[in-house]
Amino acid sequence: MEVVDTEHRREEDVSSQRLLRDDPKAASGKIALFQYLTVGVFVFLVSGFWKIQVQNPDVYSEAAERNRIKSTPILAPRGKLLDRDGRVIVDNKASYSLLLNRDQIKPEHLPAIAEALQLDYGELANKIRRMGSTPQIIIKDDLSRDDIAFVESHQDGSAYPEMQLIKSWRRQYPQDGLAAHVIGYVGEISESELDLPQFSDYHQGDIIGKDGIEREYDQQLRGVDGQQRVLVDNWGRERALEDAKAAVAGKDLQLTIDLDLQAVAELVMEGKRGSVVALDPRNGAVLAMVSRPSFDPNKFTGRISRADWNEIATNPEKPLMNRAIQAEFAPGSTFKPFVALAGLETGTIDEDTEFHCPGGASFYGHYFACWRQKQGGHGTISLHRAIAQSCDVFFYNVANRLGIDRLAHYAELAGFGHKTGVDLPNERESTMPSTRWKMRVFRQKWYLGETISVGIGQGALTVSPLELAAAEGGLAIGGNWYRPHLLKDARPVLTRTGHLNPDNVQKIIYGMYGVVNEGGTGHVAQLPNIKVCGKTGTAQLASNQLLKGTKLGQTMKDNAWFVGYAPEEAPEIVVVALFENGEHGDHAGPMVRDVLKAYFDKKARGRELEAEARGFHARALFAMFAGPLGAGVQP
Amino acid sequence: MAMSRSVRDLDWALVIITLVLCGLGVLQIYSATEATKWHDAWWKQIIFVGSGFAMMWALAVIDYHSLLGRIIYFYLAGVALLIATAFVGNKVFGSTRWIRVAGFTFQTSEFMKIVLILLVAKYLVDVKTDKLDWRDLVKLGGYVAVPMLLVIKQPDLGTALTYIPILVCGVLIAGLRWKYLLAIAGVLIVVLPIGYHFLKPYQQDRLVSFINPDRDPKGTGFQVIQSRIAVGNGGMWGRGAKESSQTHLGFLPVPHTDFIFSSFAEEHGFVGIVVGLVLYFLLIMQVVQNAQTAPDKAGLYICMGIAALLLFHVLVNVGMVVGRMPVTGIPLPLMSSGGSNTWSVFLMLGLVNSVRLRRFVN
Repeated sequence: MEVVDTEHRREEDVSSQRLLRDDPKAASGKIALFQYLTVGVFVFLVSGFWKIQVQNPDVYSEAAERNRIKSTPILAPRGKLLDRDGRVIVDNKASYSLLLNRDQIKPEHLPAIAEALQLDYGELANKIRRMGSTPQIIIKDDLSRDDIAFVESHQDGSAYPEMQLIKSWRRQYPQDGLAAHVIGYVGEISESELDLPQFSDYHQGDIIGKDGIEREYDQQLRGVDGQQRVLVDNWGRERALEDAKAAVAGKDLQLTIDLDLQAVAELVMEGKRGSVVALDPRNGAVLAMVSRPSFDPNKFTGRISRADWNEIATNPEKPLMNRAIQAEFAPGSTFKPFVALAGLETGTIDEDTEFHCPGGASFYGHYFACWRQKQGGHGTISLHRAIAQSCDVFFYNVANRLGIDRLAHYAELAGFGHKTGVDLPNERESTMPSTRWKMRVFRQKWYLGETISVGIGQGALTVSPLELAAAEGGLAIGGNWYRPHLLKDARPVLTRTGHLNPDNVQKIIYGMYGVVNEGGTGHVAQLPNIKVCGKTGTAQLASNQLLKGTKLGQTMKDNAWFVGYAPEEAPEIVVVALFENGEHGDHAGPMVRDVLKAYFDKKARGRELEAEARGFHARALFAMFAGPLGAGVQP
Repeated sequence: MAMSRSVRDLDWALVIITLVLCGLGVLQIYSATEATKWHDAWWKQIIFVGSGFAMMWALAVIDYHSLLGRIIYFYLAGVALLIATAFVGNKVFGSTRWIRVAGFTFQTSEFMKIVLILLVAKYLVDVKTDKLDWRDLVKLGGYVAVPMLLVIKQPDLGTALTYIPILVCGVLIAGLRWKYLLAIAGVLIVVLPIGYHFLKPYQQDRLVSFINPDRDPKGTGFQVIQSRIAVGNGGMWGRGAKESSQTHLGFLPVPHTDFIFSSFAEEHGFVGIVVGLVLYFLLIMQVVQNAQTAPDKAGLYICMGIAALLLFHVLVNVGMVVGRMPVTGIPLPLMSSGGSNTWSVFLMLGLVNSVRLRRFVN
């Protein structure tokens, strides 16, 4: 019915062809509505552009720049470390590192990349998450040939475009851990370091010195990285070089270390635990510094794997510890020269003051033995022999007469109880007991009996090998103590002057000469033609006191010390050896002797070479003038 | 009768606005495609505009009533072409939209727009009522739904969606009971979320990226983000022609077709887009003005359908460029490079002029 009706209407329309003129006007209200809608749509669109283009265009122009500029770091080589003769100790080797561009990283790529480069996926993912603000993350240094082949074949747009090879420098340390503790090592800056104010200009992922010279002089060594900015398109193709800033290489540093001496010092420590330090007492220059056990800093270069790190950090032998500045042990008899110094300077004793040593003595109700107790003691003894034979009873008496505070005054003058201030990080402070010290630390009164042990370098007294070397060296040159240092160009710093009576000093030095050359306890340190002075020391471990009576305490062997310097008349080198659990000081004697010998041998050889060079020079001059005149005349 | 029509009677304001927009389009295509594989797109576009202009002229001369009288054949032919496209069409980017005829490729769905404009006008004139009842709605909806579904199947959701404003505009002008309107709104609210699950995964991604483009900046959000960066990079005055990094370094996707306005915005800034949008506004208003002066309801429906379609195109395309609409992949009329769309817009403007030339009823 209706269908028919519609057909009818349609026919009518087509035939009439026209509707009334007014007809469309009926819709004018709706058309107006459409016009308002159109206005609304355009306002909506324009406001969108307004918000983006006018209100914050910087956000987007920066984003556009991030799109088109690929900046690649140009890594600055770290400064080299040279020995005092200019020989290279630490060098850099050109290598390649792999970085990931953060804005191109696809999480699903990471397992494949980690596997191909033998990285731990968990560590890698964690690192990328941790370094959230860094646009480029170096994930592996010192790439192998296989690694480079992998990166080059996969870094284009189709595979893993986030990968980018950059040239970098691998730190090359001496083999076998030579001077490892002096040099230290480098590593990626840690979160906790980044929080420190002194590292405010460092960034996540930077390589920073972690210990030793690398740490101490990181600012000078690190240089300034450059940057190359390249215009790239959406497919990662490089279109043009935008600009480049060259890297500024780090400064090379020349150390006071003498590689020859260092090598000998390393050799004498082989297989032992402890430390050897050689100093020039006239200016504080550290000529050699060895700590054992050691580690291989090459394993640390750059980004160490967690497994390697754990292996070294949790080693009970503590190979990372620099015993030269961090081992604090009782100095034992090596302290006796300072007791003698205090005694002489205060007038408590003179060189003729005699004490009787029957093998021990009682003070304040306690019996104190001398080390020669079993042989019946030293008998009646005065200063020179007391030092040479290291008579304990003599020094018990001197200490007892002095009292702890007068003793501490002279010991502190020599540096006991203070850090040396050497330019290495994490030096530990030694302990020089005194009444003030005991009150400060224990809130207790000093008991007079405690002074007696300090007289032979025991008790609460502790010292590090470097401190002992600095103290003995300063005394040996007449009472001027220089701050030990490792930079060759550093000006010597005189930290304390004793204003000592030269006669008193001479008596002590003569006593130490006797130790080595007059059948004293250190005769093993004798050298032909060189007047070596020295002092042995056998010190119980501080903890030994606590462990006394237990099984462990009985099996724990004493530490052996030896300090030696030469030549007697004008000391130019002082060497300290600490041989942990070495039982007796004369076991450390040969170690010091070998280092001293190496020093004087080299000096003699140098003089020969110099003479030879001068001779050659003269011959060359002669040949120059004589040559043209008298051919055939050979000088 | 046709002889009495004068060239002077063409809507010259409309023609000039159209040609200015086409000119901007050609310049932008030239700038955006320089040194790319589409570097010849600009002169092709000139050919499309020139031939489109001729089509407009030809259609203006033809009386639209004679087209309305044969609309059923056009409709059947259009649907047949869409079906043919599905079988013999060229597949590009995973979508079969183009049919090859004599060396030219035509996007059949574009020409269906004109058929639907005429069909809706014809149907609504025939109903002769100011309150449509639901049977009319279902019937008309069915006419539009058939080609829509065919186009969705291609798949080309964007073009399919452009059919809707033609229908909606016509129905609303014809008149609709409030309760129908409410009922339709209610049905849409229920159907749309369900419809979401019938979308292809890439279409779902586009919707999600529109709402939160930063969720996957390298994947589906890429176009949205890069377009917005391009627009923002233009700033107030623009980077200048051929000086735009987003366009010229390939960060902006298809800078000469769907995203031509991003490229335009990057090179000419806010000032440039205001000029461009004002031109589009005037274009649409000019079409609406022709609806107001139409001699009959058929002419009014035709013009309003075209106005609605153009408005929809500008809203969705430019809205997409500026991140206020999801990425649907429909071109910007007159500026985007491409033959079928250019021709279909010129044909529509031909219809508008055809209505205009007959505005004086003797």
